[in-house]
Formats: sequence, structure tokens, C-alpha cells
Amino acid sequence: MKREQPLLFELGAPGRRGCSLPPLDVPAKPINELLPPQMQRQDPLALPELSEGELVRHYTALSTRNHGVDSGFYPLGSCTMKYNPKVNEEVARLPGFALLHPCQPPESVQGAMELLYRAGLYLQEITGMDQVTFQPAAGAHGELTGMMLIRAYHRSRNDQRKVVLAPDSSHGTNPASAAMAGYEIKEVPSDERGLVDLEALRQLLNDEVAALMLTNPNTLGLFEQDILEIAAAVHDVGGLLYYDGANLNAIMGHARPGDMGFDVVHLNLHKTFATPHGGGGPGSGPVGVKEHLAPFLPVPLVEKGEKGYFWKDDLPHTIGKVHGFHGNFGVIVKAYTYMVMMGAAGLRRAAADAVLNANYLMERLKNSYALPYDRRCKHEFVISAREQKKRGVSAGDIAKALLDYGFHPPTVYFPLIVEEALMIEPTETESRETLDRFAEALEEIARLAAEDPASVLAAPHTTPVSRLDEVSAARRPRVCWTGNRKSD
Amino acid sequence: MNGGRHFLPLTDGERREMLAHIGAASEDDLFAELPPAIRLEEGLDLPPPLSEMEALAHLEALAAKNRHLREYPCFIGGGVYDHFIPSVVSHITGRSEFYTAYTPYQAEISQGVLQSIYEYQTLICRLTGMEAANASLYDGASALAEAAVAACAATRRRKVLISRSVNPHYRRVLQSYLDVRDLQLQELPLREGATDYAAAEKLLDSDTAALLLQQPNFFGLLEEMEPAAALAHRHGALLVLSTDPISLAVCRTPAEYGADIVTGEGQVLGNPPSFGGPLLGFFAARQKLIRRIPGRIAGETEDSEGRRGFVLTLQTREQHIRRERAISNICSNQALNALAAAVYLAAMGPAGLREVAELCLQKAAYALEKITALRGFAQVFPGVHFKEFAVRLPGSGGNLNGHLLKHKLIGGLDLEPLYPELGPAMLFCVTETKSREQIDALVGALEGWS
Repeated sequence: MKREQPLLFELGAPGRRGCSLPPLDVPAKPINELLPPQMQRQDPLALPELSEGELVRHYTALSTRNHGVDSGFYPLGSCTMKYNPKVNEEVARLPGFALLHPCQPPESVQGAMELLYRAGLYLQEITGMDQVTFQPAAGAHGELTGMMLIRAYHRSRNDQRKVVLAPDSSHGTNPASAAMAGYEIKEVPSDERGLVDLEALRQLLNDEVAALMLTNPNTLGLFEQDILEIAAAVHDVGGLLYYDGANLNAIMGHARPGDMGFDVVHLNLHKTFATPHGGGGPGSGPVGVKEHLAPFLPVPLVEKGEKGYFWKDDLPHTIGKVHGFHGNFGVIVKAYTYMVMMGAAGLRRAAADAVLNANYLMERLKNSYALPYDRRCKHEFVISAREQKKRGVSAGDIAKALLDYGFHPPTVYFPLIVEEALMIEPTETESRETLDRFAEALEEIARLAAEDPASVLAAPHTTPVSRLDEVSAARRPRVCWTGNRKSD
Repeated sequence: MNGGRHFLPLTDGERREMLAHIGAASEDDLFAELPPAIRLEEGLDLPPPLSEMEALAHLEALAAKNRHLREYPCFIGGGVYDHFIPSVVSHITGRSEFYTAYTPYQAEISQGVLQSIYEYQTLICRLTGMEAANASLYDGASALAEAAVAACAATRRRKVLISRSVNPHYRRVLQSYLDVRDLQLQELPLREGATDYAAAEKLLDSDTAALLLQQPNFFGLLEEMEPAAALAHRHGALLVLSTDPISLAVCRTPAEYGADIVTGEGQVLGNPPSFGGPLLGFFAARQKLIRRIPGRIAGETEDSEGRRGFVLTLQTREQHIRRERAISNICSNQALNALAAAVYLAAMGPAGLREVAELCLQKAAYALEKITALRGFAQVFPGVHFKEFAVRLPGSGGNLNGHLLKHKLIGGLDLEPLYPELGPAMLFCVTETKSREQIDALVGALEGWS
């Protein structure tokens, strides 16, 4: 039986430490003089006490209990888990980037400002937008920023629109971000093609609609081919079109949101632009806008003048700030490095390979799983375990079974409009051999689901822990260790 | 030439075979449904691609145009700080099983990240005295904004009060978060650089959700916090404190002051300043508010064989389940920065963190004494300072930072644009990373300017 890894708090011994500091080199004052006793901490601070070596062993042990892109295939749909180039990590750690204070005088950070400026130009060209802000720290943060911009735009025209539309296949962050910006959400149904139902959309459009949030290609991996009609319909009622850039990887270099009629876009640098996701973050969610929304962008913006780069702070209609400083600069450095290495043809090639890999895998898998939308997909596709479910094997069970093959499972139960959904995004950085081995694993699981469902339900067997009890974790949440085990 | 070929494994031969396998005549076929009007026949207009060697040289050249904090000692704080980071931190965050993972949706193969988050949450609770913490938010500013939104939801009230002694950048972020929801933000004036409780007393009413304060405040002052909790609670409002986690090694904890929600900037815990991002917003609260905490939370549970394990929990708060009814839209957070914070805290231990905090107190006091002994430089606010202090500049100010740059120093933070009422004034920050020699160099350069 595999063993648990003890908690930090269960390791070490009083008096050990993992770091040394220099002695005080200025005349010492009594601590009570610097900090009156009534302002001093009463409760003793119980931090772990470990030597540096023990600390390294603990985290090394934890790292072996984790799967990353470097460990193996990670086809998590809508997350674009592509390979993260190593040179990006080197570059972001250069002292000339990592050791800069955001409030340094501009003349001492011209290289960093130039990088932001150039990265902005790249993203403008890639998306077809006129200006970019880097403040949003993640995709959802970009969505919120976009909604703030849209609200500011309408209000500046004395227009108090209250409704934001999003398709029933949209990412959960879309309605959540719009709600956070004070909007009422209405859902646009998908039609039998898996695309926005244009007629239903027209019914929902009126002068109350501030915006339609759209992912294109959508979360089924299908390109919204009526996009020009959709854009015209939204603009006709005075609404704006918002582009959720989570799926930009499918069309980079082949088409641009700006040319489709989108007014605001956010990008996920940690998806499309190959920066690592860090086990949950940091990401980066820059927002690009067309000219008519530029006056509302967060401040400051980096601009290029005769004497070099400067911060532009005087935007009378700005929404203000959404980040304490300039956004996740360290992530932007990595994405910029990726863009300069890829170039125009490389980005276009990446998108084409991502689409090819997805279609190849879809073609293989449609023999063993239901394929609700059997059309050419873009960078991802959705299969359904509805046939397997009849034998008691759900999409979630299939995901767990995949763990024993060394693969990270696809996104499951999303999008919500497909029952028993498995959403698969292979990305362009996977080889055909990997796709073949993954397809074989899923085919074998489908066979087992038909012949011996119990064996699938018992998976996983090879992971550090078996299936975990999520229900009781949520019912009696224990989110901070207090020193007592449940069984004690 | 195609850039980035070394990231793309498919060969031309494989591409042809795979296209044939899916019944596509050509690569163009893959994009056949894109309306012709939007297809980029010419491709994008970008500079030619660089090889890895050229890219590295280009980026090194950009980095070399910046004066970094090891070349020029930096005395700016204001929300991002230069603290020492032990080597062990980047070696652990550099393990790619951690940094190339996504959010731990599949718990069985994500126990490393999940346990590290659980340990991080526990460390934040121990620092702040709170009972629950989340896996991280974007930065200290958005964490405070989320706390205000949570307080409004928890109390069903629509107004928050914030002291002008809170970081002005944070107040600006808060303003944009509240504006869109038509929630009201009222600012409390400064009294000797700290919160004016008499003004708070007047403005607190039955629609006030929270009193938002910062400790140590933006001017580095430790405020008299005793009245805050009782004052807020008497009016049914919550007390929200934004705090510097390093200060909590020696200073009274938010729990000891009676706070309900604690947020702050965790960059100081093992993360480089990185030009202001990625940072680390932390968020902790009393147990009764646990379902109001935004973002990911790791929880302890057991597997089918009774072994301890960890999962993402209380997910019905979140956007992927609740959509427009979620308590926040946050999805990606700052997990790797939280990992760095946990490694840092474990490396420091209670004694090390206390040493860091005491070095800050001592060195800031030394610098304050030296600087204010100079002709024309005066302490703006009396009181107890942690690692920052405001100084009134002689004459009409002028470009002091430009002068300091000539002395290979990165100066203080210019306060005048943020607090015009103070006139020419500067906020200096001194942490354990500044040697006596460097502080003396700053003092010497200031003397030469006055």
C-alpha cells in the first residue's frame, strides 16, 4: 500500500531551520522601543522547523505525486495544455526582469517597458485589435475587465443596458464575470449544429443588451461560422461583441477576432502562448479593444515617445485599475519570448497542427464513443460516454481509468449541453505516437466498460491515492490543519 | 522559415498521412468553414522568428536596459518589496511537476499541488490567526476588493468604508470592482497618517458592510487597531484588514484585533518583485465566513482505503458549477506563488521570520533617524513604523529620484501624486536586504541633494 506524505507540520523538530540571515549591522534598539508591547504578537507563531535538506525532500516527494505537462499528455479541453518551452523560464528569471520594482523611475526600466510595448503590438496584430492592457492577471480577470469596459462605454453614451448574453456552451467564467460586473445574464441556446442558434439570438437581442460573450471556436471545438451575421445582429441593436480568447489557439494566424467584428477580446497567455499554468496560476489575461473602447482602458498604459517609453496615466474616461501594478509581468515575458521565437508562420503552423491533431484523434475515437457533433472540429472536440453510461460507467469513471494509463484525463462534464461529456484538446505539441497511445487507452476502456464495467469503476489503481471522498470533504470542510486527524 | 519548430513534433510526412486519415484534401480544408472574408490569406505581419539563441540574446539585451535591484539598491516599497529569497524556493517551484500542472481537477494525480495548497492555507491561518484561507487570489489589491464584495454579500449591505491610509492603488482597484456593482465606497480621512475613527463613527451606518483598514498602513505606520473591531461590529459591519504577512511574525495578529477577513500581498514571502507581477493575493477569514471565501480551496479528506488525501472543495461557490450565481468569477489564481510562499515560510521557520521582521524594524528605524537628521528632511507622521516611513522633502521637492539614480540608488516612492495634501514627500522602505553601507549611501546622496 502506498504511503501518505506527512504534512510540513508533522516533519522537523523544534530548533531546526532552513535558512540563515545576516546579523544586524546597525546599532540595535530594544525591541520594545521599536514596537510597543501592546502591538506585539501574543499568539506564538507555529511555523514548521526543518533543515533545508528535509524541506527539499518533502517537496520533492510531493512533486512525485503530481502530473504536469512535463510528466505526460494533458488533453484537458479548453485549457490548451501545450508544452512550456524551457527558455521562457530562463528569461523570466533574468535579474533584469525578475528584480525590478513596479514603481521604479521609468528611465531605469526602459527595457521592461519596451517589452510590454512590443508584446502589445504582437497581440494587437494577432487579434486584430487596436490597443491592449496587460493588467488582468488571468482569463477571468480579463473577462471582468472587458465587462467593465463595456459598461463604461455604454454609460458614456448615457445608455444603461443591463443584459449580457452568453451561449449555453460558454465557459462558467463568462456568466460569472458578467454578473460580477453587475449584469443580468441571458443564455443563448445552441442549435443542432452545436453553434449559436441565430434565430434564438435575434429574439434575445434588443436595446437592453450590452454585449454578447462568445468563444470562437466554441467549447465544442466548432467554429461559429455565422460569426459575421452574429456580429451584425449584435451591433445592429447597439450591443458589443466580446471574445473569450480561451480557444484562440485554434485559429491563430488563420483568422482574427478583430476582423470578425469583436470589440473586446481577452487572451490567456498561459494557454495560447505557452506559459506554464503553475498548478493553478499565475496566468495572464491581457485585454485588447477596438478604438472606440480604448478611452476606457485601465491606467497606466505604456507608450512610446521621443525620449523613450513612458506611462500614460491621464485617461479621463478610464475604468481605473484592476491590478495593483502592471499585471503578471513575469508571465508576459515568457509569452513574448514564445511569440518572437514562433513568428507569424510558426503561430499559424501551431494552430494548424493543433487542429489536425484534434481531428485525427476525433476520427479515431468516434468508433468507440458517441460523437454528438460529427463535423470537422478545430483545436478540441467533445465525445460522450452516454453509451458507456448505460453499463454504469460515467465520463468521470472513464477519466479515473485513464489515470492508470499515465494520461491526464480530458475535461469532463463540460460543456453542459453534452451529456457525459469528455472534452479533449490535444494541442500541437503532441506527437502522433502519443495520440495513438491515448486513443488505444480510451478504446480499451470502452471495451472494458462493455465487458467488465466493475474493473473501470475500481480505477485508479496506480495513483498515490485511490478515489477520494469529495462529498464528505465539502460537507465538513477541513481547510486548515489543526493537528488532529479525522480518525483521532 | 517556421519559427518554434522544436516545439512542434509533427513531420510533413505525418501531416500528409493524418490529413488523409481524416479525409482532408489539404491543410486549408481544416479551416474550410471560416468565412472567406475573415481568412488571413497573407498570414500575420510579425517580425521574422528568432532561434532560441537569438531570442535569448534579444531578451538579455532588453533585460540589460533595466537597472535591477541588485545593481541599484532600491528603497521603494508601497506594496511590492525586496526581501531575501533563499535559493531553495526557486529550486522547488522550478520542479516541472508543479509548474507545468493545471488546476488540480483530477485529485488522484494532483496530490502534490493539493497538499502544498493545504499546507499553504494552514500557514496563512497560522500567520493571521484566521480559521480558513483560500489557495490564492491575483494580488493584494484584488484580494481586498474581493473581501469588500464578500462582506457586502455576507451582510446584505451596499456600502464599505475604507481608510485613506490604505494603499492608494488598492483603493483604485476596489473602486472599479465596486462601481460596476453599484456598491458604494466611502473614504475615511487621514488623522496623523492613520485612520480617523471619529470620522468612521459618523459614517458607519446600517448599510455599511465593512470597515477596510491596512496594518501596517501605506505609510508603514502601525495603527492603533483596538477600536476598529468593536466599532465595526457595533454597527453590524465586518472588519477587513489588509496586512503584510512578514510583519505578523512580530506584530499583533488580525485575529487578536478582532478582524473578520484578512487579505494582503504575499509577494514578500519568497516571490521576486518581478516588476509588480506575478504577485500573491491571500485571503483568510473566520470559519463562519468560509462559504463566502472566493476562489479555490483545498480540503482534507480520505481515499477509499482510508488514506489521507486532498481535494478541491466547497466548489459550489465557484463559477464552473454556479456560473452567474457564483460568489466570484476567479478561475486561475497564483498557485505557484503560493507554493513559493509556503516553501519560504517553512525555510524561515518561526525564528527566521522573526529575524526578518526585526531586521526590518531595526533598519527602518536607523534609516528614519539618519534621514530626518538631515537638514530639511522631516518625518511626516509620528508613530510606530514597520519597514516604511514617509519623509517630507526640503524645498519644493523636484526630481529626487533622478538624483538618486545618478548615485546608483533607486529612490523612494513619490507621495505627492498620491497624497497632494502632503506636499513634496517620499515614502522610503528599508528591509533586511539593505546593508548599513547601502542605507548610509542613501543618506549621503540625500544630503548631497538638499
